[in-house]
Amino acid sequence: MIELLAVYATTVFLVIGCIFTLVAAIGLLKLNDPMTRLHAPTKAATVGIGAFLLGSMCHAYGVGEGSFHELMILAFLFVTAPISANFIAKVNIHKRACDMPPAPKLDEMWSTQDVPESEQEMEPQKTP
Amino acid sequence: MMRALNWLFPHPLLTLILTIVWTMLQNDVSAGMVVFGIILGIIIPRVTAVWWPDRPQGFRAGKMLSYSLIVVWDIILANIHVAWIILTKSNAQMKPAWVEVPLDLREPEAITILAGTITLTPGTVSADLSNEGRSLLVHALDAPDPDAVRDEIKERYERRLKEIFQ
Repeated sequence: MIELLAVYATTVFLVIGCIFTLVAAIGLLKLNDPMTRLHAPTKAATVGIGAFLLGSMCHAYGVGEGSFHELMILAFLFVTAPISANFIAKVNIHKRACDMPPAPKLDEMWSTQDVPESEQEMEPQKTP
Repeated sequence: MMRALNWLFPHPLLTLILTIVWTMLQNDVSAGMVVFGIILGIIIPRVTAVWWPDRPQGFRAGKMLSYSLIVVWDIILANIHVAWIILTKSNAQMKPAWVEVPLDLREPEAITILAGTITLTPGTVSADLSNEGRSLLVHALDAPDPDAVRDEIKERYERRLKEIFQ
């Protein structure tokens, strides 16, 4: 009985994961701006892979070998995914690949735009 | 006595987390592995304490747990919402927007958790911090009303983080 339940749970989680990964891939192809395109992979990384890993755990318990590795993968993924997304966003702003954000109200500028003058000469758009 | 304990456990919570992570990585809850995890949990915070001098003082682990549950629930709901936007709205109908979130939080740890939360809940990506660290730049995928996005972030996440770190 438990085995049958585990099989059903595994299948449901795999289908959910597939749907969200598919939507993320569609989004990656469809969206046309570097910043909006960044939204698609963050979704695949959270619910999509999360559902796959839960399916893997259900399968392991159904077979009778409990497994916690998946929770660790999920935890490390949740910690690292925002960092890579943040780096890509910073590169987009730095390369002026997207619409520039308006200047902050409280401070002078965003930290990515805060380039010391000695390094500004090295940026390609400044050279004649 | 307190000083000795403080010296041995510079970050008690980090010790606990390292022990749990080590046990889970081994995939084997046995006494030997737990003891080895505790040894690692004492050595690693002790050796790295020099690089983390201003650790946040009042960290409430219980509130952090309820905050994590709220965030997980929001991630699931927001994923369905964003999947619907991607599948049904054309690129021209979408209104991406930059949202500026003025920060009341001061601790770098709290701001990091807030930025991570914003990126994990789909539909918003935290992109940059202002040069004095007083506001956070967030990009929203589809925000007809950017002020509503800002108010939701402040009300739902930042207020709770302020209660966790105080």
